[in-house]
Amino acid sequence: MALSASKIKVGDTHEEVVIEDLSRTQLVMYAGTSGDYNPLHSDDKYTKEIAGYPGVFAHGMLSMGLTGKMLTNYVGDGRLKKYGVRFTNQVWPGDTLTAKATVVDIRDEGGDKVVDLELATVNQDGKTVITGSATARIDA
Amino acid sequence: MADEVKFPVEATHIMMFARSVADDNPIYYDEEYAKTTEVGHIIAPPTFPRAVAQFDPDYFLRPKVGQKWFGSGKNATGLTEPAKSSGGLHAEQHFEYHRQPKPGDVYTVTTKPGKTWEKTSARAGKLTFTETIQEYRDQNGELVVTSRGVGVKTERPVEQK
Repeated sequence: MALSASKIKVGDTHEEVVIEDLSRTQLVMYAGTSGDYNPLHSDDKYTKEIAGYPGVFAHGMLSMGLTGKMLTNYVGDGRLKKYGVRFTNQVWPGDTLTAKATVVDIRDEGGDKVVDLELATVNQDGKTVITGSATARIDA
Repeated sequence: MADEVKFPVEATHIMMFARSVADDNPIYYDEEYAKTTEVGHIIAPPTFPRAVAQFDPDYFLRPKVGQKWFGSGKNATGLTEPAKSSGGLHAEQHFEYHRQPKPGDVYTVTTKPGKTWEKTSARAGKLTFTETIQEYRDQNGELVVTSRGVGVKTERPVEQK
């Protein structure tokens, strides 16, 4: 279901828990499909002993993918025109992430009605792991 | 990333990718369901284009036959002189969709370097940012997706608070 301009207003929000208790297996799944096999995301021994981190952590693109699920659930399938993020903190196994979109503008673009959204994804401690923005085509 | 990579989009890859981002929306795997939607066919999740890495023969974050790998095996790294940095972290990622990617598309993905800049951070020392612009064009030469990524190399591991 797509959004309608007549049913939303600036300041509206939509939020979803996009992953609960993130597993190391989910990181391995993401490595396998994305093709990014950086050992930082699957190899605890390398990550601790060589890279100097407390352990494996999520691909930034996994956090963006999880946040993208909230976004497409909100605006509808096939409606995105733009989606961009900044990775502000690492995401670790065990994290629970909540992604939120806030309506910042509803306007016309190239004959379409579009919505501009501001995005933020936070972990269970309230720490922001992603900030971003998106633009989607909506119904009149 | 090689300057030009062929990226064939396949339904199975999309299904597995959707699972890997914990998204069980049937539009990513169920053709019958997808036919009933506004789009009318299976599409790929928004971040799928980055999976082009699978098709890049030079991609350095994939172990290659006959070459030493920097991850652990018998030892914590397979290299005798491991690099101090693991190749860096992802700082930003932006996509622009000109239409929805779908199975059967074959993209030619061209990669161009963008800007480079530096910053100093209390948590990781000197940061070097590098921008990469990618264009995904389909078999008809039409632009489907534009991607702008920013990578960052840190002077030291990011300090955890």
